[in-house]
Amino acid sequence: MGSPANHDNVASLATDFYSLLESFKETPFYHLLFEIFLVLTVLWLILFRKPRRIEKKLTEKEKQELIDEWQPEPLVPPVDANHPALNVRVLDGIVGKTIEIDGKKSLNFATFNFLNFVGNPRITDKAIQAVQKYGVGSCGPRGFYGTIDIHLELEERLAHFFNCEEGIIYSYGFSTVASIIPAYSKRNDILFVDEGVHYAIQKGVEASRSTVKWFRHNDISDLERLLVEQDIHDKKNPKKARTLRRFLIIEGLYMNYGDLCPLPRMVELKYQYKYRIFMDESVSFGTIGQTGRGVTEYYNIDRRKIDLISSSLEYSVGSIGGFAVGSSFVVDHQRLSAQGYCFSASLPPLLAAAAIEALNIMEEEDTTLCDTLMEKSKRLHQKLLDIKGYLIVGEDISPLKHLRLTNSQNTVARLEEIVEFAQTRGITITVARYLNDEHRLPEPSIRLILNVEMTDEELEFLCTVLQEARVKVTV
Amino acid sequence: MTATKKSEQRSMNPTHTESSREEFEETPTWTAVVTVLGYAILSALGWLRDFLRNVGLEEKKTSHDPNPKDFVPLYQSYECFYTRNLYTRIRDVFNQPIASVAGAKVDVMERVSDDFNWTFKFSGKKIPSINLGSYNYLGFAENSGPCSNQAIKSIEKYGLTTSSTRHELGTQKYMVELETLMAKYLSVEDCIAFGMGFATNALNIPALAGKGDLIISDTLNHTSLILGARLSGAVIRKFNHNDMKDLETELRNAIIHGQPRTCRPWKKILIIVEGVYSMEGSLCKLPEIIALKKKYKAYLYVDEAHSIGAIGSHGRGVVDYWNVSPDDIDIHMGTFTKSFGSAGGYIAGKKSLIDHIRIHTHSGCYCPSMSAPIVYQIISALSIIMGLDGTNDGQKRIKQLARNVRYFRRQLVDMGFIVYGNDNSPVVPVMIFMPAKIAAVNREMLKRGCAVVTVGFPATALTESRVRFCLSAGHTKEMLDDALKAMDEVGHLVSLRYSKRNPPLRWNELNRTDYENEYFSC
Repeated sequence: MGSPANHDNVASLATDFYSLLESFKETPFYHLLFEIFLVLTVLWLILFRKPRRIEKKLTEKEKQELIDEWQPEPLVPPVDANHPALNVRVLDGIVGKTIEIDGKKSLNFATFNFLNFVGNPRITDKAIQAVQKYGVGSCGPRGFYGTIDIHLELEERLAHFFNCEEGIIYSYGFSTVASIIPAYSKRNDILFVDEGVHYAIQKGVEASRSTVKWFRHNDISDLERLLVEQDIHDKKNPKKARTLRRFLIIEGLYMNYGDLCPLPRMVELKYQYKYRIFMDESVSFGTIGQTGRGVTEYYNIDRRKIDLISSSLEYSVGSIGGFAVGSSFVVDHQRLSAQGYCFSASLPPLLAAAAIEALNIMEEEDTTLCDTLMEKSKRLHQKLLDIKGYLIVGEDISPLKHLRLTNSQNTVARLEEIVEFAQTRGITITVARYLNDEHRLPEPSIRLILNVEMTDEELEFLCTVLQEARVKVTV
Repeated sequence: MTATKKSEQRSMNPTHTESSREEFEETPTWTAVVTVLGYAILSALGWLRDFLRNVGLEEKKTSHDPNPKDFVPLYQSYECFYTRNLYTRIRDVFNQPIASVAGAKVDVMERVSDDFNWTFKFSGKKIPSINLGSYNYLGFAENSGPCSNQAIKSIEKYGLTTSSTRHELGTQKYMVELETLMAKYLSVEDCIAFGMGFATNALNIPALAGKGDLIISDTLNHTSLILGARLSGAVIRKFNHNDMKDLETELRNAIIHGQPRTCRPWKKILIIVEGVYSMEGSLCKLPEIIALKKKYKAYLYVDEAHSIGAIGSHGRGVVDYWNVSPDDIDIHMGTFTKSFGSAGGYIAGKKSLIDHIRIHTHSGCYCPSMSAPIVYQIISALSIIMGLDGTNDGQKRIKQLARNVRYFRRQLVDMGFIVYGNDNSPVVPVMIFMPAKIAAVNREMLKRGCAVVTVGFPATALTESRVRFCLSAGHTKEMLDDALKAMDEVGHLVSLRYSKRNPPLRWNELNRTDYENEYFSC
């Protein structure tokens, strides 16, 4: 078909092509259509057809067999009867500075009674008056006649105490922070959380379904690393970054470690990387700072820079419940979005009355409660450092300290022996208890809690007993 | 949207002489249309107002973010649209503060607003009203009497708190006493009590279910149950409210097809229902659920928050009402807030179950134990209900509640209102449907001396706003009559008589002797 000369080649190619086209014109129409259809079918088969899933069609008989065969696990796994939770000490009396266990009185270094408000006569009187006026329960959630004037008073007092715009109270300490975090942080938002936060915060973070970035406990450089990573990520997609909220979740004084968070640096980073700070001051409220106003007072930081401070009425204040304070912009949102607030009965009025009276005592002109507590904590810290064989974890001004045995001797069993021995000598202490599914289970330790009314002699006695206990246990 | 199918069910129940009906009359079509139109108009106005606010023609009344402008906004604008434009208009009917005990009569604090509900001021006046909103079924919300005396004595003896957890030093003798008494009351092996009802669900369902388990829950379950189920990590499937066929289908499909994707068999299946649903007033169909649970080897969790103390001839909840064996329910759960006038929750069942919960509950290690006066209020209320105090005060309260419920419900239905729920449930929802009427009914009833609870979206479906009455054993016949008269007037003023089954009647057109005979003969 091709002739030797080049342009003849092209010419013949053109002719051939032309005759091809002509032949198309001559073929019957249906033939053309059929050919095109076949070509398209082949293309479809190659490119687009997905393999057909084989449908599982079971017969009724097979379904019934599956149902009959299925055996569920027992509702609960077998339980160890020797678990400490099933063999707790049962008390019968006020758990104040001293406790009576099995008829013997002992000094109490185990309960969160920092300011010794348990059994305080002023608080007791006010609580009794509240029962005589309001009864015991509040009988409804805040939205449906469960808001009693005493709740509004307590919220105002708390806001005033912290010099914030608004306060909000909850009926249970655990639910406070566990409801607050999901109210603001939703799916896809970013939470930078310290690994050492306590369990309630971990549950709040879990409930929010947000992206969580854990940073090593109190390690600012680790936090900065995460922030820089996030920043790089944001620059790749700035439009999306404009819609992602960021929060830093920390505690003022960590319950599991007894140390303070490096707040000044975190506030600096806040304005650099644009995140909001939610700080939980359950333990530091009433214990840190000259007047007990927490870590912000201790570091002398303007409280308006912290977006939300949540805390608990169950530790220093000696009542039950929790609260949050902050600007109206932030706090008001919880009144419709925090589950633990909207869907739960409100705090019983007698507990709110007790909290108000506790605040009255803390705000008195000449009170030196918190100052004294910090001083005594420092003294205790020094004394504990002098005992050989123990590792003291926590700030010196913290009234909550964790005691561990040095090296590999630090086991729960040994610590329990120390606790038992101390009990025989008239000192009540306790091993800190955790559930196994904590994000980062802290090392076993004895949680020592200082009561502001403890005298120096009593602190000396505690150290003596601890020393004897250690000798006895590690022999 | 919940199914508003017409479902009338007669169920013969051995503990009741009359049959009890459960009804959910269908929403009249025209009303539904007007309601949706109402929301549409409100939304349109809302957009207009938002536009005016953004442009600067109208003052922005919401508070401002104290952070610099380049922070990511804390709230998305559409999230707060409802709050700004719909909720704020009728904000005065919610969160109404009271200044007295939340008993049968209550003092509502009057609030005034100069700027259309953006801010409130207290006028100082207190409005004495009949309390039809608080959960006080057996009338134990009292500030005097044996219960509060015991509470006061306990404060003097034990203080207010132990400041310690149950696993450490928080277990006092009174906790053991409460748990033993509650177990005896429910006729189960053991019981454990917690300081908050909401937390009882949210913190304990994770201890009972986990990855590889299936939770089948009713669509109208309470938020605490949903939160607990989500935190547990199990897969959650829902079945239509009180629809036994749907429940059976879900169970069958679950067992036949196994877990999604892997098709492994489920480790266990947990059915979660409530005794009385607080927004619908319906009772769960317990005998049928138990039959299904036995047939398919699932476990059953019943939340009796609103039914313990309030339902049943001995006040022992839905188990008592349906006369089933308490052993058939694996996990009994309830709260002490409603019928006992206190606070807190409990879980009860077999000893092995409770031991497991004692070890694994979140509140065991992280929450202080219950406060002494709270516990003593429950103990004394329980003693009264069980008759252990030597009087028949408990039985009298239970009978009074049952009598009040029947009296109130029958008259409302006969007047032509649409009333949802079971004839015996102390929760009486009366349908209002339209958003504007939510505020109107509440304000008008308060003017006539009745404090009621009106709810709309999102607590209920969009077109199903309602006024929900909670009756109490503390309500006397005169109080109920006053409430019915007030409802009659308000119903006439606002036109709430939607029922197609019963003709609209005024209160004085009803045959009074008929109701009174029934009331006094009960």
